[in-house]
Amino acid sequence: MSTKNSEAGEGKERAGDVIVETVARLMVPFIQLFALYVIIHGAGGPGGGFQGGVIFGASFVLLVIAFGIVNAGDRFPEGANTAFMSLGVYIYAGVGLLCIIFSLGAAQFLNYGFIPLTTHFEENRALGMDLVEIGIGITVMAVVTSIFFNLAWKREPEEGGEEE
Amino acid sequence: MIPSLDLVLLFLIVAIAIAAITVRDLLSAIMLLCAYSFLMAVIWVEMHAVDVAFTEAAVGAGASTAFLIAALSRTTRWEKK
Repeated sequence: MSTKNSEAGEGKERAGDVIVETVARLMVPFIQLFALYVIIHGAGGPGGGFQGGVIFGASFVLLVIAFGIVNAGDRFPEGANTAFMSLGVYIYAGVGLLCIIFSLGAAQFLNYGFIPLTTHFEENRALGMDLVEIGIGITVMAVVTSIFFNLAWKREPEEGGEEE
Repeated sequence: MIPSLDLVLLFLIVAIAIAAITVRDLLSAIMLLCAYSFLMAVIWVEMHAVDVAFTEAAVGAGASTAFLIAALSRTTRWEKK
């Protein structure tokens, strides 16, 4: 396994150099903060759940490139990725179903104003939009990370044979 | 919109696209596609479509380049004749 990984140039025990690891470690929190800003600010300006989710996933991709895919891959298990993917979709559909329930038979899917979070209809609409954007962001982040892992991780050959 | 700036950017885009499909080094082709996406984002901003430009910069220049490099790491770097 170690020879195959060193052939790929990734996943060696001490693969990266100091500059790349330090810059990645410094940049990742700012990238993630910017992603959260884009997700929350997406209702009133450019940005939104999809773009913020892609930026959040790109921060994980940067971590993987800097620290090697085996070291970083153990921290992102496949099951957690799948759970996050479903969690985002459940948040989106759950907010929509709450709108149907609270609109009392009018059956308006994703009409956020009916959720009684505050007393004002417009504030309810803004908060519901933010909730939906958060769901989209979680799903897109998990999908981007999962696609990158599935593309880049050269797993054990017998494991790949079992999968195929 | 500034028409002369539009013309310069579109000419650069065409030049980069032709270079990306003629170059034999696949890593260079990926980097040229990254530059293509970034210039495309600049053009979207220049045409006042900031949301589209945001998506283009995040997906085209960021995530898609990382995916293509990850796919390149599973194959050879040089295109066969």
